[in-house]
Amino acid sequence: MTTWQGFDIVLAVLVLPLAVWTIAARQTFVAVVSFVAYGLLLALIWVRLSAPDVALAVAAIGSGLSGVLLLGTAARLRDVEERAEAARPSVAVRATAAVLSVAVAAGIAAALLFLSDPAPTLAPLAAADLSRTGVGNPVTAVLMAYRAMDTLLEKIVLMLALIAVWSLAPDRVWGGRPGPRHRADPHGMLVFLARLLPPVGVVVGIYLLWVSADEPGGAFQGSTILAAMWLLAMLAGVADTPPVGGRRLRVALISGPAIFLLVGLGGLWLGDAFLAYPVAWAKALIVLIEIGMLLTVSLTLGLLVAGPPERSAQQ
Amino acid sequence: MSAAIDALTIVAVSAGMFFFLAGTVGLLRFPDTLTRLHALTKADNLGLGLVVLGLLPRAAGAVGALKLICVWLLVLVGSAAVSQLIARAVRAEGPSA
Repeated sequence: MTTWQGFDIVLAVLVLPLAVWTIAARQTFVAVVSFVAYGLLLALIWVRLSAPDVALAVAAIGSGLSGVLLLGTAARLRDVEERAEAARPSVAVRATAAVLSVAVAAGIAAALLFLSDPAPTLAPLAAADLSRTGVGNPVTAVLMAYRAMDTLLEKIVLMLALIAVWSLAPDRVWGGRPGPRHRADPHGMLVFLARLLPPVGVVVGIYLLWVSADEPGGAFQGSTILAAMWLLAMLAGVADTPPVGGRRLRVALISGPAIFLLVGLGGLWLGDAFLAYPVAWAKALIVLIEIGMLLTVSLTLGLLVAGPPERSAQQ
Repeated sequence: MSAAIDALTIVAVSAGMFFFLAGTVGLLRFPDTLTRLHALTKADNLGLGLVVLGLLPRAAGAVGALKLICVWLLVLVGSAAVSQLIARAVRAEGPSA
């Protein structure tokens, strides 16, 4: 047994009980905390599976950002938690949920176990045309060139999610600022952190986008880090949340998908098809789209966590 | 020379592991939040610092070594800030187990 095999076994032994604990934990807060730890371990597993791009996405989005969203939810549910605890669903409902969950898990396990050997793969095809995309990282090539349509639709789904969150606002504060105005001790730790960390985080976020052309990284992962820095500033009260009715904010929010669509339509005109990049311009166009995405996605993620507008723009 | 570097790595990483272990034992055994924080932050910072020190000679070039140091510094800032925040929350809510 090599050291790496031992490490893998330790990872598996840690992650499985943590997964069970996440489901079994009675308190929402405990479940969320163990979910975050589970996500970080999962990221390590993806690294061991030689998928660093996925590991970054899991750590940033699956664990970090979802963790913050769930923590916010847990905090809002705290008042009704006891009542929810008292009203347990009937045995039939719980049994049905258990059976369905086991069926899904068994289905996934079966799909994995009965996978043909070697597993079907499009990797050789993806690698063969890599040079035509101008980028060296096959994951970026798949996301931004081969399956650019999926990525475009993903951005639009994200925007719809934000609109759904905003639409929860009461009429009188429509267009106002999300969340309460956070005030922290101006000489306290949170404000110190909110001043110290963002310069580093902004560099790392943009770096992740920039290297994703040839190395593991990506616009989504970079955006998550930028959003985290923005949220930190909001939580410390260093920056207020913007009024969601603002014209500049909305233009920034649609700029990512708009650039993507324009490049796509340009492909129809100059190239062969919608979203077909001319080979000579492929890399430049991909980077352009990713920069637009970085702006839009980081704003969207930050605003998703900030929640629906709660007070008017003047407050 | 390489034997000396190997010795440095082994000693520093082992010492780092010892501090991680001590921190974990403290986290599990100490009676209240503040003492547990004390165990965790001191031990983790020193533990990770020693591990990074031990790995420095093995880093891929100067940039790799710099990245390792940056990781350590970021963890220092993060854990120091978070433990301060937790401690303040504990003080505001009153002591509990």
